[in-house]
Formats: sequence, structure tokens, C-alpha cells
Amino acid sequence: MSGVWVWIEQFEGQMKAISQEMLGAGHTAAEGLSQPLTAVVLGHNVGALAQEAFDLGADQVLGADDPTLDQFRVEAYGPVLAGMARERSPQALIFGASTRGRDLAAWVAAELDAGLVADGIGLSVENGTLKVTRPVYTGKLQAEVFVTDGPQLVSLRGRAFAPAESTGGSGDAQWVPAAIGDVSTEIVNFESSAGTVSLNDATIIVSGGRGVGGPDGFAPVQELADVLSGAMGASRAAVDAGWIPYEYQVGQTGKTVSPDLYIACGISGAIQHQAGMRTSKVIVAINKDPDAPIFKLASYGIVGDLFKVLPALTAEFGKRLGS
Amino acid sequence: MRVIVCIKQTPSTTAVFSVENGIVSWDDPGDKPTVLNPWDEYAVEEAIRVQEAHGGDTVALTMGPESSQDALKTCLAMGCTEAILVSDDVFAASDTLGTARVLAAAIKKSGDAQLALFGKQAIDGDTGQTTIQTAQKLGWTPLTFVAEIKELDPEAGTITVVRLVEEGRETVKAALPAVISVVKEINEPRYPSFMGIRKANRAQIPVWTAADLELDGPPGSSKADWSEISALPARDTKVEIIEADSVEEQAKILVDRLFEEKVI
Ligand SMILES: Cc1cc2nc3c(=O)[nH]c(=O)nc-3n(C[C@H](O)[C@H](O)[C@H](O)COP(=O)(O)OP(=O)(O)OC[C@H]3O[C@@H](n4cnc5c(N)ncnc54)[C@H](O)[C@@H]3O)c2cc1C
Ligand SMILES: Nc1ncnc2c1ncn2[C@@H]1O[C@H](COP(=O)(O)O)[C@@H](O)[C@H]1O
Repeated sequence: MSGVWVWIEQFEGQMKAISQEMLGAGHTAAEGLSQPLTAVVLGHNVGALAQEAFDLGADQVLGADDPTLDQFRVEAYGPVLAGMARERSPQALIFGASTRGRDLAAWVAAELDAGLVADGIGLSVENGTLKVTRPVYTGKLQAEVFVTDGPQLVSLRGRAFAPAESTGGSGDAQWVPAAIGDVSTEIVNFESSAGTVSLNDATIIVSGGRGVGGPDGFAPVQELADVLSGAMGASRAAVDAGWIPYEYQVGQTGKTVSPDLYIACGISGAIQHQAGMRTSKVIVAINKDPDAPIFKLASYGIVGDLFKVLPALTAEFGKRLGS
Repeated sequence: MRVIVCIKQTPSTTAVFSVENGIVSWDDPGDKPTVLNPWDEYAVEEAIRVQEAHGGDTVALTMGPESSQDALKTCLAMGCTEAILVSDDVFAASDTLGTARVLAAAIKKSGDAQLALFGKQAIDGDTGQTTIQTAQKLGWTPLTFVAEIKELDPEAGTITVVRLVEEGRETVKAALPAVISVVKEINEPRYPSFMGIRKANRAQIPVWTAADLELDGPPGSSKADWSEISALPARDTKVEIIEADSVEEQAKILVDRLFEEKVI
């Protein structure tokens, strides 16, 4: 067993930001294990991605380019990647813990009968083993987990690792045929949510809760998010009230986010909401109740009416950012 | 049509945890220390809706300790027609792959199901791996993060679902049998009815052990070491409440701070 592999996630031919971060984490792993770093590129017409991976510091690129791999389907990607791994026996495989990455990691682990640690937020190497720090019990506890035997599969959370930087490197990728039989799924339609900033990738999130009072109350929240080029989020109370769609929900039964800045407006900070945002770098709370639990988590707080505070903040940011 | 719904009993969402020598225990400020995994409620609801539309049975299945009977009873009270507990001391240390093996074997043994529904993740381990791994072990079509079942045709053996992915919503047509994990958007879980609760309390839930299953690997296997578990380091922040004579002034100070923090 040798080599550290990083799966390069792409959507419509573009490398996802999380994969740059995985290459960053991959460097740490490869250095710690004193082994080469291999980027694994799967898709159709993805030659450019292989070059991008070299540029981001991959020592080798292993790829499969096939029309059946055009769109991600785990039952197509899984067997191809598992097949590559069976033939070449990498010691470690790293996946970004996106919807695709989590599915693919689970599939490959099942096919290889390998150990898998999911959704890590920290990574170190000790005696030839990857040690992954991950939140458990909805972020109330933290565990150090490692694979005890065989190839070590890990998936790591987005925005938790520094992205690999451009090295100017290049090379020849090694392409292998993708032998896929029948695939039992077909993607018949795709409705893009492009145009809205994705919560998972956002570096700044402004969220509204029950305190916004109704669907219209999200307008000042959106305005602040816009001036910061950030994404908008919501608490479950606001989603359950039907003021905003579920896609926006942050928390235990919504999205887990980890932006540089999280501004919670009219959100009390229930433990289930915290589960989705407590790893944010800086948390700001705007709430009219000085005793709201969100202030226990926040670095900065303003006690006041969000309908007064938000427009003032939007105006101030507008001034400073020149927009 | 026979539908399986895989559920897990987990600590309640308000549970307060403590760790001593790597052993996790918890207390609940309310009176329900364990619950049906909240994500699984949506799977149970969807299974019942499929049964209401297509007839047949809805079977709640869990692998866990004897006490998991409680969560199964919740499923029966909601409207599942059967429940199966797979319980054996040898399973105690299973990782998700070990769990998936057991679930796959139990699903096979339980009859000719066409659909197995799962929650998005269990709120204890929070891995969200079991669904895919069970699908892989069964050789069934995996469909994760499903927000809507658009069409289900047991005769033709097809299903069409909408999946939520980072970039949008993907409509997928697939062949049955399928393993599906659902997200919250899919439905609004019902509360157990009074009659349902009475029926559930009287139900005798069969218990299967390792000896009852044809496992394709050693039972209770785990390739992950979880022994180092600890309380979360507290967020080392103390909140600075920004006060000033006007909101404009407050906004100015806050914006200054955020520029200093280099998060803008
Ligand atoms: C199984 C389970 C899963 C859950 N999952 C999630 C989840 O994923 N995400 C989630 O968010 N919740 C989740 N919850 C719900 C959670 O427990 C809380 O009920 C919810 O987060 C409360 O939302 P909120 O803070 O917006 O509302 P509230 O708790 O009602 O708080 C509203 C806040 O707004 C403030 N306010 C009111 N008006 C104004 C104003 N004009 N200006 C400023 N402040 C104002 C109030 O002081 C108050 O603090 C879950 C609960 C359960 C049981
Ligand atoms: N022990 C178990 N018994 C039955 N179903 C389970 C078990 N563990 C997990 N599941 C199912 O798999 C889903 C994902 O769980 P997990 O991979 O543990 O996050 C859960 O929502 C359940 O539907």
C-alpha cells in the first residue's frame, strides 16, 4: 500500500473549491506519510482538470474519462474508483465531504471493505496513520478517529482546510479505461440554483430567524448579505413558518456551515441551530433579547431591533466597500 | 409493495453529554433521553405514504440494543405495519460498514421489498454513510438526499426522484429495487395516533440475532478506532456587546471590528 489519493470533484467540468482544499489536506497527509500525492480525476472531457491538479501540486494524476462519467452518479463513479484502488493499493484516499464526496467515499469503502472516517474538520499524521478530528453527537462532542487496518479513507469538511496553491507544475496524467456496465440511474433534469450564493461555499452568511417576523422580514437580511456578497441562511423556526424555503435552513436538520463570518439576526441560538454554525470563525448576533443564548456563542453582539440595526449595517458596509 | 424503513434510536437532540475515560453518557433535561433519530422520522413518514398509495407493508428495521424497541414502537405508532429488531452483542462494535452488512442481510431475509428508506444521517455518529453502504451490499440502486418521490411504478420497476445537491435539484429516473435516503424537505412527519400508540404498545417485535442472518463478513466488524472522544473545546470567545448612542454608531464600531478580524 502506498500513495495518498485525493478525489477531484467537478461539476460541469469545473473543479469544486472543496477539492482545492482537499489537495491542501492531501499535501499534509502525503508529507506526513512520505508518499506521493495523486489526484484522481473522473468525468468526461476533463483533461484540463488534470492539468489544474498538477498545478495545485499533485505529483501524479490518475484519471478516467468516459461519457458515462459525465455527470456524477455514485454507482458509476464508485466502481471505477474502487477498481483503480484495487489495482494500485493507495494507503490513503481523501474526499471532500460534499454530498457527492460523502456518497463516493462510502461506496468505495464498502466495495473495498475498507475503513472510513467521515466529515473530518482536522487532520494529522501519527505513525503512518491519518488521525481525523471530527464532531460527533451533532457537534456536542469531538472525536479523534483513525482507520485501524487497510486503506485509510477519509472525507473532510469544506472550508476547514487551506486550499492548495498554484505551483506552476504540470505533467502527464495517466488515463485508465472506465469499465462500467449498466448504470441503473439516469439524470433526466437539472434545476440549477445558480445565481444564489451556495451556503456551503459562502465565506459570509447572514441568517434570519423567527425575529424577522415574516417573509418580508428577510429583505433587510438579504440586503446585508448582498452588500457583503454573502449567502443568506435561516433558522428552522423561519423555515417551518413557511417564510423561506428549506434550502436556507442552517442547523442540525439543515445545512452545516463554516463561514468566516456568520451574522445571526433574530435567532435565539438553540442548540440545534448551533450544531450547524458553531464552527464559523466569527459569529455576530443581533437580537433584541440580551439573554438570548446566541450571545454565548458570538464574538460580537448588538442588542437591538434587527429592523434598525440591519439597514445601518448595510449602509455602513456599503460605504466602506464602495458599493 | 413492501417497503423497509431503516431507523436508529439516538440520544435526544437536547441531550447533554459527558465523557469519562472515553465512555460517552448523556442526560436529558426533558424526560426522553433517547428518541427515534429525527432524520429518520421523514423516512418513516415517506414509507407510510408509499404504503398508503400503493398498498402493502411498511417494515421498520433497526440494528441496536434491546432498548431500541422504543424507537420501533414509535414507528409502529406512526403507522408502520411491522417492526424488526436485529440485536446481538457481537454487533455492538460495528462501524457503518458492519451495520450496513447486517441491515442488508436483514432486508434480504425480511421478504421481497423493493424499496428501503433511510434518514439523511443519524445524529449520534453523524456519518451519513450507512445508506450508500447498504445499497452497495444489496446491489440496489442508491438514491441519496431525496427531496421528493415524483413517480413510483412498482409494476414497471421504476422510480423517479428529486435529489438535493449543492448546485441545485437533480431529477433522477432509476430502476427498483432502490435504497433511498430522504431530506427534511420531503414531508412533514405525522404524530403517532392514539390508536397507533395502543397498537404499538401491544406489539410483539421479533428479534433477530447474528445466527439468523447470512452475513457476508465477520459480524460486528469495525475498522475505525473511536476511542479518543472528548468534550468540545469551548469556543474561546467572550462576546463584546457593541453599545453606542445610535445604531449608526454601533454599526460603525461593528464594521471596524469585522475589518480588524479580517473576515470581510
Ligand atoms: C429535532 C430538532 C431539529 C431541529 N433542527 C434545527 C435546525 O436545523 N436549525 C434550526 O435553526 N433549528 C432547529 N431546531 C429548532 C430549534 O430548537 C429552535 O426552535 C429554532 O432554532 C428557533 O429558531 P429561532 O431562533 O429563529 O426562533 P426563536 O427561538 O423564537 O428566536 C427568535 C429570536 O428573535 C429575537 N427577536 C424577535 N424580534 C426581533 C427583532 N425585531 N430584532 C431582533 N431580534 C428579535 C428574539 O429575541 C428571539 O431570541 C430543531 C429542533 C428539533 C427538536
Ligand atoms: N443501527 C441502525 N439500524 C438501522 N438503520 C440505521 C442504523 N444506523 C443507521 N441507520 C440508517 O442509516 C441512516 C444514516 O445513518 P448514519 O450513516 O449512521 O449517519 C440513518 O438515518 C438510518 O436511517
